[in-house]
Formats: sequence, structure tokens, C-alpha cells
Amino acid sequence: MGDFLNFQVIADNFTYFMIGRYPNGPLGGLGLTLYLAVVSCLLSVVGGLILGLLSISGNRWVRWPSLLFINTVRGLPLLMVIFWMYFLLPILLRKTTPESQTVIMGLTLFTSAYMSQIVRAGIEGIPKGQTEAALSTGLKPWQAMLYVVLPQGLRNMIPSFVNQFVSLIKDTSLAFIVGVSELTHVGTQINNRTMAFPTEIFIFIAAVYFVICYAFTSLSRVLERRLSWHKAL
Amino acid sequence: MIEFRGVHKWFKKLHVLNDINLKVQAGEVVVVCGPSGSGKSTLIRTINQLEPIGEGTLVVDGMDLADKKTDINKLRAEVGFVFQQFNLYPHLSVLANITLAPIKIRNTPRKEAEQQALALLERVGLAEKRDAYPTQLSGGQQQRVAIARALAMKPRIMLFDEPTSALDPEMIGEVLDVMLKLAKSGMTMVVVTHEMGFAREVAGRVVFMDHGVILEEAPPEQFFKQPKHERAQQFLKQLLSPMH
Repeated sequence: MGDFLNFQVIADNFTYFMIGRYPNGPLGGLGLTLYLAVVSCLLSVVGGLILGLLSISGNRWVRWPSLLFINTVRGLPLLMVIFWMYFLLPILLRKTTPESQTVIMGLTLFTSAYMSQIVRAGIEGIPKGQTEAALSTGLKPWQAMLYVVLPQGLRNMIPSFVNQFVSLIKDTSLAFIVGVSELTHVGTQINNRTMAFPTEIFIFIAAVYFVICYAFTSLSRVLERRLSWHKAL
Repeated sequence: MIEFRGVHKWFKKLHVLNDINLKVQAGEVVVVCGPSGSGKSTLIRTINQLEPIGEGTLVVDGMDLADKKTDINKLRAEVGFVFQQFNLYPHLSVLANITLAPIKIRNTPRKEAEQQALALLERVGLAEKRDAYPTQLSGGQQQRVAIARALAMKPRIMLFDEPTSALDPEMIGEVLDVMLKLAKSGMTMVVVTHEMGFAREVAGRVVFMDHGVILEEAPPEQFFKQPKHERAQQFLKQLLSPMH
């Protein structure tokens, strides 16, 4: 039983797990996982805000297309969206795009659709009296949204945004399928090279995902408590 | 200043405003009362188009609300509205609550807007609360800030929708006080309220509504002493001695 769970393989490849061949080569491993998650998350917040606002617009010619997009994306597996980006993007742009950008595009499209629902719920959670008060001082509807409703809504949305970020961290593992060397991909690489330690390698990778995601989930819980002011009203 | 001519409104099948005819002159204070569900809140909310009317003509400050060319935002800037639930912005300080609209709509420079806001806070007796947030204020204080916020746009008409109904009894006086002073300064006001003392003191007319209809319209003395309509009599009886 001496060979059972020999974590030496982790120690030997630790830097590779964490940052790939960086700085002598491209960023990989956990570093790339976080990079993909952070960039996609920031873009998705922007995308989610835009889609969310469009989806509650009073103008149906704006609302319907955005709802169509949101519901289509929400009805597709993320893997499908990434494949689409992988094969379609180069055709549409008429040039090859780096795989990591393809993945960021896919994750952003996918997550924006979910973020839009957070945005919608966050806005609809603000009492109607707030909009009425703003309108009755003469503010235009977009000003009431921008200065009165959104600042309060955003605060309510932050915990859900963090939760969505946790999902994103886990979802980046699908980048593996198009050959982006994030954490999961690096794990399989090392596994293929060393052959003998799949259990140890995948326990380690699972642990890394878990620790990071758990930390952010806890953060989101703390934020939820700290930021809930409407309960105090 | 405000004129309803044959105004109707329906919520689905419910006829909430039924053939409303009402004129309010500049400088006049009109109190609207009636049992709950009588349509009085809806009536006052149509004046600044928080509720659109169904049928008829409504002219406010020379603007025809049924006319598609009327700029509703412009109209609302001239008409202050005070809500039962105050509806202050919880993410902004008292001062920022008051200066938001003047800065964004009237393009008042921030410094000037803040000075005007301070003068208004002085008027409602809350100058020391300029940097407080709404959650740190009592109900009565919140409502006085809400009145200052509405006044900051220098409106020509002020509408009050049950401004004291959500307040603890000991805070009603401070809000009515501010409203009394405002009325005496010559502001055109439409007030939905059951505060009969207020009506007696400053109202030019009391309008009694039930089931979406204006049943009676009379100077306060006459309305309180000898209401003509039976339902108004019942309403007053219950209001004055709720135990019966």
C-alpha cells in the first residue's frame, strides 16, 4: 500500500499546475482558469446589464429579440455554445481567433444570458414607489433607472453576481474540449505524461476548484448580509 | 390650474373614476376625502400622469394630458407629488435626495442646488439632517424631506396622497404644520387626507368621493356641518367617532 496516494507528483508539477509554462510560455493552469473566469465575468456583467435592461423595456421591438436570445442561450448546453464559437467565430471574422478568446466569447454569451435574469430580478425587486417618486420630480424614465433604481438594484445583485462568478470558474473547465490549457487540461496533460497517478492528480484539481469556489460562495453570503438595506427600511 | 372634464378611468372592468368634473384655481387648496377604494388616490395620481386617464379631458397648468404632444416629464417637473410611503431614495443622503432632480432636469449648478436644498430643509425644520440617510430618520422627518424634495423643483402645484396615513400619531402634527405653512404661502394644493382639522383650517373646498364618483363638493364649514349626501354623513360620523 506504499504507493497508495503518492502526492509527490503534485509537488513535482506544482508550478505547472498553477501557471503553466508562464513566464517562458503562455499562461496556463489555475492562472489561466482564473483569467478566463475574471475576464468572462466582467464582460458578462456588462452583457447582462444590457440584456437585462433590454428584456424589461417597454418597447416590444427591443424586448422580444432580447428575450429570444436569452431564452435560446439558456436552452443550450454551454459546451454547445463553446463549440459554436470555436467553429463559427473564425468563419464570421474571416481570421483565426486564439482558443482562449473563443472560450471567453462562449462563456460571455452564455453567462450574459443568466446575468440578465439577475439584473431583471434586481431591478424588479426595487419598490415601484422609487420609480414613481423619481418620475414625479420630472426625471425621464432612463434617468429614473440610472440614478434611482439601478444603484439600489446593483447593490442587491452583487451577491448573485459573485455566485455566477463561482459557476464561471467551474465552467472554464469546459475550455479543455477546445485545447485551452487551463487547470483541468493541465491535469490531463500531466496525467498522460506520468500515467500512474490519475487519482492523486484529480483529487488535487478537485480540491483546488473546491477551495476557490467555496471561498467565493462564502464571500457572497457575507455580502448578502452586509448589503441588504431594504430589510432595514 | 387643474381642470377635469368628464374624466373616466377603468382598471380592467372596475370603473375607478366615473365622470369626474373638477376645477382647481391657482392658489386654491382642495382636500379630497372618502372611504378607501373610493378612487381618491387614483384621482390625484392622474394629475401628474402616474395613472393615465381612460376618457375625457384633463388640463393641468395649461397642458392637455390627452394630447400626445404634451411632454409628460415637463409637466411632472411643475407638479410636486408627496406619497403616503415617502419614497425617499435610500441610497442617497437627504441633501442628494433633494438636489437630484434640480441638477439633472433644471441644470442647476450643484452648489446652487445645495444652497436651495438647505433653505428648504430649514423651512421644514431639518437643516441639521442634511447628511443623514433616509433610514436614519423617523417617518415624520422622512415625509418632511419628501416635501422638501418636491418643492426643490419649484412646482406650481403640489399634490399630497395621504401624506400622514403611514405616520405614528405623534408625528402627524409636524408634517401637517409644514403643509399648513405651504398652503398659507399661496401654493396650489390638492390633498387626499382624512385630517379634518387641516381641511377646516386651509381648504377652500372639500371634495367627497365614493365608488369613483364625486358626490359632494363644498366649503369645509358647510361640508362638516351639514353634508348633503347620505354617504358623506356616514363617512363623517365614522371618522369623528370610529368606535360607533
